[in-house]
Amino acid sequence: MNHADNPLLPREFRVSKIARETHDSFTMELDPAKGAKALHFASGQFNMLYAFGVGEAPISISGNPGNPRTLTHTIRVVGPVTKALHGLGIGDWVGVRGPFGTNWPVRESMGKDIVIVTGGIGLAPLRPAMYEIMENRGKFGNVVLLYGARTPNDILYEREVKKWRSQFDLHVNVTVDRAAGKWKGNVGVVTTLIPNVHFDPYQATALICGPEVMIRYTVIELRKRGVASENIFVSMERNMKCGIGHCGHCQLGPHFVCKDGPVFRYNQVKRLLDIREV
Amino acid sequence: MKREDPPVILDSKHLGLLLESLKKSGYLTVGPTVRDGAIVIDEIDKVTQLPVGLTDTQEGGTYRLQSRKDAAFFAYNVGPHSWKKFLFPPEQRLWTLKKNGTKFQFVDIADNTTRYAFIGVRACELQAMSIQDRVFQNGHFQDSHYMNVRKNIFVVAVNCTQAGGTCFCTSMGTGPEADTGYDLALTEVITGSLHYFVVRSQSRNGAKVLEALPHKPATAAQLKTANEMIAQAEHEMGRSLKTHNLKTLLYENYEHPHWEAVASRCLTCANCTMVCPTCFCSTVEDVTDLTGENAERWRKWDSCFSQEFSYVHGGSVRVSAKSRYRQWLTHKLGTWVEQFGTSGCVGCGRCITWCPVGIDITEEVRRVTNGK
Repeated sequence: MNHADNPLLPREFRVSKIARETHDSFTMELDPAKGAKALHFASGQFNMLYAFGVGEAPISISGNPGNPRTLTHTIRVVGPVTKALHGLGIGDWVGVRGPFGTNWPVRESMGKDIVIVTGGIGLAPLRPAMYEIMENRGKFGNVVLLYGARTPNDILYEREVKKWRSQFDLHVNVTVDRAAGKWKGNVGVVTTLIPNVHFDPYQATALICGPEVMIRYTVIELRKRGVASENIFVSMERNMKCGIGHCGHCQLGPHFVCKDGPVFRYNQVKRLLDIREV
Repeated sequence: MKREDPPVILDSKHLGLLLESLKKSGYLTVGPTVRDGAIVIDEIDKVTQLPVGLTDTQEGGTYRLQSRKDAAFFAYNVGPHSWKKFLFPPEQRLWTLKKNGTKFQFVDIADNTTRYAFIGVRACELQAMSIQDRVFQNGHFQDSHYMNVRKNIFVVAVNCTQAGGTCFCTSMGTGPEADTGYDLALTEVITGSLHYFVVRSQSRNGAKVLEALPHKPATAAQLKTANEMIAQAEHEMGRSLKTHNLKTLLYENYEHPHWEAVASRCLTCANCTMVCPTCFCSTVEDVTDLTGENAERWRKWDSCFSQEFSYVHGGSVRVSAKSRYRQWLTHKLGTWVEQFGTSGCVGCGRCITWCPVGIDITEEVRRVTNGK
């Protein structure tokens, strides 16, 4: 039996680049073993990354879908697996299963405005969508990115965000929960940025990724602007062991977040987001 | 391939020949046997290992073996084990990985080639197997470990001629008579000094095995007796469950106060999920040896009743016992239908019998749906 038949078997990848992002997160680029095929992916999908002997963790793909040869993952160091991945060096081996899950409806939104609202490490699974949009920039209307971080030091992809912010064809706004000293930008939760940003709510697709509480309030603000709930898409997070809908851990009501998500149309999960501990 | 041959009679004294014939054909014969005061499923070589002359009484949180006056082989209701332990083992190695210099090599992906003959599968359990088929082999992703074992099994079903105190297969439409998914189906008949099986074959394999055994055509009277006994089981169901509109009723009652009442009794011990023949949740454990050169991944049964089950960074999604019981029951009887096009419950009653505090799925559903 080979890999193609067995979705439970990791493939061999090598660490080709490592970059520190914030005090607790880093970005790792992975290349397939010599002679192995690239894993094609769509924006919003994730991989199960395996650290030898330690275990697996589901990590969003944060690189460019147009360049699938390199798998880019931005990882927050929070548990044993992410800690082990953090300890790896260039040339080290990482097991990869994937890509799994649903994707952001970027292509389907051509001709419309795009509103991206995200918080913290939630920017990572949306960066592939940003790349996809930028490569086809002429095919979209207004493109808005609203990003919230805890502090200025927690801003992910700072250089890239600054570059996007300087472009005339993007509306990028960043806010932090708290700041000291030199920060001259917005302070407050990301939802406070929604009322004043320019886009056509009746012709927009909204893409949201962040903590569930942020998702809930973001939806409220978007709805106030007039964005229809069927045009709002959210990325959900749950415990995952298999990535293929077999282990049962990621259930959210009738959905397996690993295969029916992580990207859902808001209507699909609307009711479930209002029930505690579902 | 489904086919139906005319039913035949196999005398009870020839049951051993069936086992021998299956073993000769290369099957590992597994079936009911007594261990630790319960009828469990394990490897069996001869008919004397079957629970001869035994039956059980079952109630919420209660299971007792009792002697019968006859020498019946299958006059009991389902015990704590189910056939999923062979198709989807409680612990299973998924693969072994070896460091080879800087390269990594999968050396074993645990292809189980055992051919099992399941002896004594009940109608509800056939349905449970068909439900797990939908989970592991009929979806977008297939589990090769499951399929390797599944494709090779030989199924000897046994129709129930008595129902247990916690049985409700008629409510779930799964029994007591085996309908499909078997090679051979037996109905055990004991009347006076007569002790025989009415045997139906439903596959080419089944017909082949049956052909080699001493048998004769079943008479109309014999079939009538067998059917009456199955009908008897139908009337004896210890429990019942209204399934009409159940999914919707459960969706409407996520916030029903009764969930809290169940939670005050529930020990979140996970027994119900372990004995359930359809529960499929699992976790994985990654291990290495002392040299650090070899790693393995094991898959183990897991349960939505543990707090770790729903852990994401920062905490568990389902912290309270209430939310975990609600998840299990709402999944089993509600969301399961959306996921797999069938209820996840077959009405076997195991979760009621083996719950240490006697929580009763049929009763809790009645409360949560306000008896609708």
